[in-house]
Amino acid sequence: MALLEIENLHAEVGGKEILRGINLIVNPGEVHAIMGPNGSGKSTLAGVLAGREAYSITEGAVRFKGKDLLDLEPEERAGEGVFLAFQYPVELPGVNNQYFLRSALNSVRKYRGQEPLDGVEFLKLVREKLNILHIDRELMTRPVNHGFSGGEKKRNEIFQMAVLEPQLAILDETDSGLDIDALRVVADGVNALRSPERGFVVITHYQRLLDYIVPDFVHVLSQGRIVQSGGKELALELEAKGYGWLETDAAKPELVTA
Amino acid sequence: MTTAESTLEEIARQDYKYGFVTDIESETIPMGLSEDIVRLISSKKSEPEWLLEWRLKAYRHWLTLTEPQWPNVTYPKIDYQALYYYSAPKAKKVLNSLDEVDPELLATFEKLGISLAEQQRLTGVAVDAVFDSVSVTTTFKGKLAELGIVFCSFSEAVHEHPELVRQYLGSVVPYSDNYYATLNSAVFSDGSFCYIPKGVRCPMELSTYFRINAANTGQFERTLLIADEGGYVSYLEGCTAPMRDENQLHAAVVELVALKGSTIKYSTVQNWYPGDKDGKGGIYNFVTKRGKAMENAKITWTQVETGSAITWKYPSCILQGDNAVGEFYSVALTNHRQQADTGTKMIHIGKNTRSTIVSKGISAGHGQNTYRGLVRINAGADGARNYSQCDSMLLGDRCGAHTFPYIDVRNPTAQVEHEASTSKIGEDQIFYCKQRGISAEDAVNMIVNGFCKEVFRELPMEFAVEAQKLLGVSLEGSVG
Repeated sequence: MALLEIENLHAEVGGKEILRGINLIVNPGEVHAIMGPNGSGKSTLAGVLAGREAYSITEGAVRFKGKDLLDLEPEERAGEGVFLAFQYPVELPGVNNQYFLRSALNSVRKYRGQEPLDGVEFLKLVREKLNILHIDRELMTRPVNHGFSGGEKKRNEIFQMAVLEPQLAILDETDSGLDIDALRVVADGVNALRSPERGFVVITHYQRLLDYIVPDFVHVLSQGRIVQSGGKELALELEAKGYGWLETDAAKPELVTA
Repeated sequence: MTTAESTLEEIARQDYKYGFVTDIESETIPMGLSEDIVRLISSKKSEPEWLLEWRLKAYRHWLTLTEPQWPNVTYPKIDYQALYYYSAPKAKKVLNSLDEVDPELLATFEKLGISLAEQQRLTGVAVDAVFDSVSVTTTFKGKLAELGIVFCSFSEAVHEHPELVRQYLGSVVPYSDNYYATLNSAVFSDGSFCYIPKGVRCPMELSTYFRINAANTGQFERTLLIADEGGYVSYLEGCTAPMRDENQLHAAVVELVALKGSTIKYSTVQNWYPGDKDGKGGIYNFVTKRGKAMENAKITWTQVETGSAITWKYPSCILQGDNAVGEFYSVALTNHRQQADTGTKMIHIGKNTRSTIVSKGISAGHGQNTYRGLVRINAGADGARNYSQCDSMLLGDRCGAHTFPYIDVRNPTAQVEHEASTSKIGEDQIFYCKQRGISAEDAVNMIVNGFCKEVFRELPMEFAVEAQKLLGVSLEGSVG
């Protein structure tokens, strides 16, 4: 069964249609890159999949492991195994990162009918993941994202992802604002988590990230539709030509591929 | 309405969870206030003549005062003649042990999770339980007595340690201090008394649970804590109250005397009935709390205020001696129609005196939360320092946060810092938590507790846990 099936998805915000018929299938083990110019609907797609309130779905369906995803609350989607790495991770002043993550993990485990991890088990897991991702333990003692640098915030997202072990990870412009070293750390983290069971949707504006996270498929989003799909070489083509050559073809339905 | 807003709505709608009334026979005296009533209260407690005189002076002074109008709270006018000024559970005989305590009363404590027996046996916390107006039982006295520590009901202290009571009563909060304190001085019923001798460190947290129970009975506790030179005591005060329709007046006075080199930590968790979601019922809490710190002494007030319909309360420090330290850590939560006007006063008199104020106000529902604080540096207070931090958090868009910091500096060497912030729990914060699998309700709790962390850190361990739970309960709601 496909992990994620998006079928003719239309969504609007404040009466303005942003997504205008998205079709996409992600199977377990696949990494899909979604590229596109600013305003093409990339972050809206991520928000809709995670269940952000601001968007209303006007048409279409999204199934996750066969279940109607749009019918679930955001925390239920998290329980099902959907993880969104935020473009702008939110600061929670005063809330300890470790406490937050343990609450998140145990909430998700509860949803899945698993026993909560006690403090010792949790610390063991955290230590293991920190080692894999080469992240400083000091990060755990700080308030969630509060006072973090841009790079630290993104790394924290990847770290949370590693601990929560989602089945579908959506990375919303995780590369934005990162220098090349930070980018490599984040990409290494993602690569370490690639597995035959797990699917990724990597949203990015630049091809650069895809040098490090090599996708199985690349889709180009323009004006709320996927206008071009291909292998990883499509990203290179975009890099060379820019997005301009796609704009004119944006509305052509025959280019919409699943 | 968005999820975040509706969550806050749900939270704001949640009901008071400690509403129950215990059916215990109470002995009350006629309604209203007069010299005769003051005399009657005094005689019921077989008080010495000097104390009666003190009460009468207070009563006569009270007649000349008018109720203060400056607090940022509104409530219907209180008819002081329509209140009962004394109520005591009828004890059949003098109690020698817990076994003799009215089982109903013990059951009430059980419901509150503060069974005396359990506390005594398991936690090593000595509890002087105030049930309505009379201390029913005092525990751990023997153990404390070995160290020369006196911890008993106020009435008992009047009889057994009259010299201490006479010396210190009114020495920090004089009978003429303010409308409510003066009223309290005239009609105070009972409370706690504690004396820590020179150089003695009290080995356990001293704790009093207050509970207002008899309908229409004003509660007028009087607490007096004295730490003699070099002494140390940590005192806990906590309370819940049954659900009621009548407004219940509570005007307590707490006096702390910290002599040279001593330390007093006074921690409060207050959860009195706040009224229903339309603001009906609920406790009116007009409290005067003040401590005097002599040379090198330290007083720390920590309070977590989640209850009462009206809160009017400014635990203060008079830093009289050189190098004295005053601290105030406060979390005040107002929900539904609750109103709180609370803060502190730090009066710097001695040289190199230092004070710290950390105030966290949380407003939800239609709650109105006011911080009012005074930092005064007197002319003689060379090198005095103060740091104040007042943070407000808003949940929803129908509540209010207000800050009135008064700073009065009369010495050029003083350093006074004031920081303030106002924040709102954002939809994006809640969404972030939900995306990680955490429910909106848990997210709000987590964020609020994080906001209050600096204050909780100051509470004794078991109290901190209780306070955290209390905030959770106060903010809980069914979230869809």
